[in-house]
Formats: sequence, C-alpha cells, structure tokens
Amino acid sequence: MDSIIPLLGAGLLEAMQPVNFMMIIIGCTIGLLVGAMPGLGSVNGVAILLPITFLVPPTSAIIFLAAIYYGAMYGGAISSITLGIPGASTAVATVFDGRPLAQQGKADKALIAAAVASFIGGTVSVVLFTLFAPPLAIFALKFGPTEEFSLMVLAFATFIGLGGDDIPKTVFSILIGLVLATVGFDIISGQPRLVFGDIAGFLHGINFLVLAIGIYGIGEMLWTLESTQGKITAHNVKFSFRSVFAHLKDVKQYLGTTILGSAIGFFVGTLPAAGATPASLMSYGLAKTFSKDPDSFGKGNIAGVAAPEAGNNAASTGSMLPMITLGIPGSPTTAILLGGMIIWGLRPGPLLFSENPDFVWGLIGSLYIANVATLFINIAFIPVFVKVLQLPFTILAPIIYILCVVGGYAPTQTMHDVWLMFLFGVVGYLLRKLNYPVAPAVLAIVLGPLAERSLRQSLIGSHGDAMVFLDRPISATCIGLAVALMCYPLFQKWKRKHFAQTA
Amino acid sequence: MTVRTAEILMAILCGLCSIGLMVKSAELNIGWIEDRGLGAGAWPFWLAAGMLLATITTAVRWFLKMTPESRSLDLYMSKDTVTIVGISAGAILFLLIGTHLIGLYGALILFLFFYLKFIGRHTWLLTSILSICIPIFIFCLFEWALKIPLPKAWTEPMFYPIYDLMYS
Repeated sequence: MDSIIPLLGAGLLEAMQPVNFMMIIIGCTIGLLVGAMPGLGSVNGVAILLPITFLVPPTSAIIFLAAIYYGAMYGGAISSITLGIPGASTAVATVFDGRPLAQQGKADKALIAAAVASFIGGTVSVVLFTLFAPPLAIFALKFGPTEEFSLMVLAFATFIGLGGDDIPKTVFSILIGLVLATVGFDIISGQPRLVFGDIAGFLHGINFLVLAIGIYGIGEMLWTLESTQGKITAHNVKFSFRSVFAHLKDVKQYLGTTILGSAIGFFVGTLPAAGATPASLMSYGLAKTFSKDPDSFGKGNIAGVAAPEAGNNAASTGSMLPMITLGIPGSPTTAILLGGMIIWGLRPGPLLFSENPDFVWGLIGSLYIANVATLFINIAFIPVFVKVLQLPFTILAPIIYILCVVGGYAPTQTMHDVWLMFLFGVVGYLLRKLNYPVAPAVLAIVLGPLAERSLRQSLIGSHGDAMVFLDRPISATCIGLAVALMCYPLFQKWKRKHFAQTA
Repeated sequence: MTVRTAEILMAILCGLCSIGLMVKSAELNIGWIEDRGLGAGAWPFWLAAGMLLATITTAVRWFLKMTPESRSLDLYMSKDTVTIVGISAGAILFLLIGTHLIGLYGALILFLFFYLKFIGRHTWLLTSILSICIPIFIFCLFEWALKIPLPKAWTEPMFYPIYDLMYS
C-alpha cells in the first residue's frame, strides 16, 4: 500500500497536466454524448474516434479514450430515462425503472440518481483497480508464451461459457476474428498469407480498426435504423439546480445496494465475456432482492435506476484490469484500447508497469479525475444532452457514417481498408440479425497476432510437444478452467433437463 | 425470405467461406517444419477448419430446429427495413464510389446533400449549411491538425492553394 500511494500521486499529477486534463474533459463530454445516443455506446465512440488520437502523445490518447469509455457509461442512462431506449446494452436495466420515473414527471430525479450512482460505482471500482492492478501485474511477470496462449484460450472460453449466445455461432465469430488477424505477412517465415486475388491491400494485414469501425460504426447504425425506423422522441425533462440539491438527499435510499452493486460490477467486469451489461443486470437483481419493497421495481423505484448504473460503471473500470495487467481485454471497448496501445508502440501486459509507469499510473490517475469530472459535466449539461437527443436521427446518422469512412481510411490511408470496413459493417449487420455475436470477432482480431505468436513460440520451445500447455502449472490451470467453462453450458442444459424430469 | 431460410443460407455461405480459407491456407505449409515449427499456413488452416465445423453444427441444429432462428417463420427483413437500411447502405456505397471518382470532399458534399434533403427532408438552409460545414471540419481535423491527407482524385490540384496557405 505504501508503494502504491507515491505512484498514484505521480499518476494524478500526470493526469492533471494541462493537455491530459483537457483530454479528460473533452473525452468525458464526448463520451456522455456518445453514450446518450441511442444505438451508440463506448465501443462505437472509442472505435470511431481512435484514429484522431494520433494527434497527441500515447498517454494523452489513452486518457482521452478511457474518458470516452467512462463518460459513455454515465451517458447511457440519459437516453434510457428520457427516450426509453438504452444508449447502449449496458444501460438496458436502467430503462426498467428510469422510464416509469420519467413518465411520472420525475426524469430529473432519475437522471441525478443515475449520475450519483455512476459516481459511486466509479469510485469503488477505481479504488479496487488501484489495489488489485500492481499485485496482478507482479504475478503476471511469471507468464511466458505458454501461459500467454493458455490465458487467451481462457479468455475465448469465457465467451463460449458465459456469453449466453448460440455456442457454434460464438465459436465461428472467435475463429473468423482469429483468421482475419492472420491476413498479411507471416510473423515467422515472412510469407504472404490469405492475400486474395493478389490484392496489395491485404499485404499489410487487416487492421483491427477496420473490423471494429465496420461492425460498431456502420453495422450498429444500420441496426439502430432498423430497430427505431429513424423515429425517436425524447421525454420532456424539467430541470433546475434547486432540484439537483433536493434529489441529492435521496442518496441514502440507494447507497447500500449501490456500493454492493459496484463491487460486484467490478469483478464481473474483469471477466472477458461478461462486461458491463451482465454487471448492470446483476446489480439490478441484487437491489431488487435486498429491497424492502421489491414489487415497486419496474414501476419507478429510484434504487432500480441507481443499482444498474453503479454496476455498469464499475464493470467498465474492471474490464481495464486484465487489459493493463495481462494484456487480455475485458470488453470489446478495452479490446480496441489494447489495439490502440499496440499502434502507439506499447506492449500491454505486466511489463507495462515497469517499462511505462508514467503511462499506467497516468491512466489510473485519470480514472479518478474523470470520475469526478464526469459527475459535474453530466449534472451541469443534462438539459443540453436532452436537447441534443431531440436532434433528428437523419442528421446524426450521416455524420457518424462520415466519421466511420474517414476513421477507416486514416490508419493505413488506403481506400481498400474503407471498402473492407463497409463490407464488414454490412455483413456484421446481417450476421447479427441471425444472432451471431460480433464482439468475440473484434476481441479475436486484436488478440490473434499475440495468440499465434505465443502458440508458435511455445511449440518451437517444446519441439512440437503440445503437452507443454499442461506441464506448466499456470498454463494447465488456465486450460483446465477453459475446458470447465466450455462444458458449463452443457452442464446447465443437463441441470435444466434433470430438474424438469424430477419436477 | 424467412429467418429460417436466411439462417441456412448464411450457414452455407459461412461454410463456403471456411472452405475457401482452408484451400487458400493450404497453398502454404500446414504441417510441422523441423527446427522452424508450424508452417505458415497451419494456424489459419486449422482455424478455418474450426469455422467449418462450427458452421456444420449450425446447419445440423437448423435441420433439427434447435435454435429460435431455425424455427422462426418471420420475415428476415421487412419491406420498411429493406427501404431504410438499403437506402443508408446505398448512400454509403455512393459515398465510396464518389470518393474514387471526384475525391472525398466532393463526395461528402453530395452524400450529405442527398441524406439531409432527400432522406431527412430538412430545409434547404440547414442542408446547405451542414453540407458545406462538415467537409470543412473534416478537412481541418484531418489535413490540418492530424496531417493525414484524404483522397481527392482529380480535384487534388484545387487544394494546392490551400496547402500553400497551410504550410507557408
């Protein structure tokens, strides 16, 4: 603990540098807006805006993107409450009680509870992050290529076991992401691979951003257009600063369940397949379970707004823990952040703490500041965000499409990548309509090169003996857990059948 | 087309795609090379084989009607969806083709004009302001601040005076 405080202090100072502080403020504001837009969430904002971060140094860039991530978690509640449409899947649970409150004319009360609960969730999770990150990074120093590969297998297995999606389709999504990552020159022999039709654009590989922007930019917008048919109407919000102070007194009604939901959200967020959506739903479920009046949930209970907001905010910080310490992203957004770190010349993982302490502690420090900044920006600009939400979707949509096109072009500056992005967007949309999960593909394209390198290094070291993955204790544990996770859905199915027969 | 039909058609397409990837990977060595480890094609080959297996499983589940999609007789895309999604996707396609023909900035103006006026039915004033201001903003952000030149096709020489101003 004594060693953490000076490092954290240095991190806070780094985050308070004028350029970094400005990045936090801009990032939080953009994040709030992105999170509030129906159909857009942190992952879309981070994917679309990553190319413009090449303007600033890596520390400022990650602080900017992390602030967007943070702000988007706060912002999701705004559309859930005022529109009845979650800004992102992470804010689905907020609709359950947020919308009824808005219909009762208490939208301001719900919005303030969401902001305060997000702040509590953010605070609890950032403290947990600070405590857990250094020891986990020290432990991860024991990892060699064998452990790295097994850990990645475990990360993919969590998608199969805990993702809750159709299993063969999840496996397909993971594998296609890994295959797309192999396009270009082979990392060992230097031979060109999967260069279709000898098209030169494939030689530099498929940038993860091309897939991420395609799926989360173009594909997501097409999905939103379909689900809303372009017709979105905002609920009116009566808002004054006097009401802010009046509603702040409600905190004691939901403080206990919010803190509990935050702690659970943080740990759920660290799991690669889980993320903020199940964290917010679990937090909501807990709040209802421990409530003295569970029947009022779904009809406008303020704790039903606070609990999921605390859970999703805590999970967003939690998902950064494995990204920073192990180099394994905990969510699609952190997968894109991890890809960005590789572009900036950093190698995510345990060595980051010793090789780039300014970067890591600057990021951690920025989370503390972003948490406070977002609370104030959120409350102060609620009327502005509600006005923006009333903008016709036909103005927002073309702007996002344009950002996708230029964002897809910027990293490699070839139109080939823009065409690929468009193709991925349309195909991703069509696949999603058939319940193919797309998030595993994005994680896989980011982790693909690392997975292949560690597999091949391990096999070269063991002269082709695959048992090396079971000989080393950490690796064997990861593989064992991965097998257990992959079997978990079968166990659940068997249990359901067993109970149905005995009932 | 029903969701059930779309499910099997997609499975067939994914299966064909997997086979294509396996064939393409097999052009390289997919076995073990002494002292050099796995051949360059091995990793993508076995991944594609896994994709094929996953697709076959999806097809079998479709046949046995085990998934909600394989049982659904709803329309995969309603007429309204085809219209709204088709127009949007078509507009982006038009933007990309336009970028090759007249450069990004010209294509952006036409794209915004089309989207705002004909899809959004916004006023002439708003359409004109946004169609001009957004490309200017994109130019300032990418060409000026980020120093990333965007494609301009034959319109490139028209930008030389602006570059002279920017870099002088």
